[in-house]
Amino acid sequence: MTEMVKQIKRRGVSHEPGLPTLEMKHVSVAYAAGANDVTSARSTQYAVEDVTFRVGAGERIAIVGPNGAGKSTLLKLIVGTLKPSQGEIDIFGHGPDGHICIAYVPQRSQIDWSFPVTVEDVVMMGRAGQIGFFRWPRRADWQVVKACLARVNATHLAKKQIGELSGGQQQRVFIARALAQEAELLLLDEPLTGLDIPSQDAIFEVLESLRPDGVTVVVSTHDLNMAAERFDRVMLINRKVVALGEGTAVLTTENLMTAYGGHMHVVGDDMLLADTCCDHGEENQ
Amino acid sequence: MDWFLDPLQYSFIIQALLAAVIVGVVCSVLGTFVVLRGMAFFGDALAHTILPGVVIAFLLGWPLAVGALIFGVLTAVGIGVLTERGDLKEDTAIGVVFAGFFALGVAMLSMSDSYTVDLAHFLFGNLLGVTQADLWTTAVLGAIVLITIFLFYKEFLVISFDPVLAVTLRLPITFLRYLLLILIAVTIVVSLQVVGIALMLAMFVTPAATASLLTRRLPTMMVVSASIGAFSGVAGVYASYYLNVASGPAVVLIATTIFLLVFLFAPGRGYVWGKLV
Repeated sequence: MTEMVKQIKRRGVSHEPGLPTLEMKHVSVAYAAGANDVTSARSTQYAVEDVTFRVGAGERIAIVGPNGAGKSTLLKLIVGTLKPSQGEIDIFGHGPDGHICIAYVPQRSQIDWSFPVTVEDVVMMGRAGQIGFFRWPRRADWQVVKACLARVNATHLAKKQIGELSGGQQQRVFIARALAQEAELLLLDEPLTGLDIPSQDAIFEVLESLRPDGVTVVVSTHDLNMAAERFDRVMLINRKVVALGEGTAVLTTENLMTAYGGHMHVVGDDMLLADTCCDHGEENQ
Repeated sequence: MDWFLDPLQYSFIIQALLAAVIVGVVCSVLGTFVVLRGMAFFGDALAHTILPGVVIAFLLGWPLAVGALIFGVLTAVGIGVLTERGDLKEDTAIGVVFAGFFALGVAMLSMSDSYTVDLAHFLFGNLLGVTQADLWTTAVLGAIVLITIFLFYKEFLVISFDPVLAVTLRLPITFLRYLLLILIAVTIVVSLQVVGIALMLAMFVTPAATASLLTRRLPTMMVVSASIGAFSGVAGVYASYYLNVASGPAVVLIATTIFLLVFLFAPGRGYVWGKLV
């Protein structure tokens, strides 16, 4: 009994069996302060508007859309750093607040890579919740860190300062941190940006290896081909959900025109997107 | 060795040395978080805003630490309230509170008879006037700060490196932030006699900045920073004894000299190294 109490405490809020990993119902986020005011509802600007979807355990979803479409906003809502102005977000049947099973891999531009920590220090940070207050990592925790680094093929990097890593290695180390956190819902913000193809493949290999454990993966990306080829479902958004489903069904010319509007040019049978940049977008600021 | 042993025959020198070592270590260890979190301006402000509290305690004969802590917390809360609405930037709010409280402190002190001497001691420290009782307060408060850092090390590391991770781990972020502010306030009190308000910032920032140029892991950075802080304290007392300069500035100048040497000549990362390769 005490063991169970400890378990629940350690795992955050309990997970109701049979409920979807992630569910959003009519979620909107208004831009400016005071926008929640009912009287000014007509002029309210939304970062995301009326978003409804659910994701099952072990599923992998790619969120695509132009800059400012609300991709990062959606991830922040799931993490819990941002509260919706309207609607409801449930993770295993509860709001994001109590969960320690959600892991977030930030965009690389958001991390101070000169920070004096080694790779194994970063992965160990994921254990801080499990270790609990007033305790230092024990041998078992270091073994978890080792195992997590091995799963992302980064064992040889353990002692390196994080600034010495390549972009792909940095992403894999943060995925290892998510594993050390014992995450069941893994969120990655633009993980593929600026990576070469072998590095991208290495990340997909790692994500694929999590499938048997039932880890759910939600990724925001600019790469439409990658989204269509590598994910179970694709969500195309531009503030509102334009389409959600299998990649080929979602990424039709019509849907893309709706989402990207003036940023897209149709040349014969080919489409050109004028909006594929990432690291300088206003979403990253 | 005579030059080293000679001053030790005076008990006030021994007390000054002990105080300088404790303050050097405590400031430099906490300073690593101040540097990594970019809180230098806040630390400088806090050092100045506690002045009214210290003056009130001084005039009423209370322990200085009590007055300083009250105004330290008032500062932290005040800045929080001013920035809450979102129409004032944090550094602007810090600037307003910083100057306002400092002026209040100086104004109150100016009503005392020994105004100039007292003000000089508060501003620049009075290391050679450290009493046995002062030393005990310094040691106990310093130990509390170091133990708290030890207990909350991994949480402080997480909120400093990746605040979003702290959210997903559901750490009590507001509590941890305030705890860090209170630790800074306590450390300022501890250091008041050694370096004084005006040069406090140097003890937080300079040894930690020097250590950051030499190390790649936080625990090592803390040890190196503490060593530089302690050494600067001791060397500062000797410089003060032999050269007859004020002790606070002497400590800070030595820490600054070490920083410059490391900045220029650090293996692999120094300025000169960069020019040579």
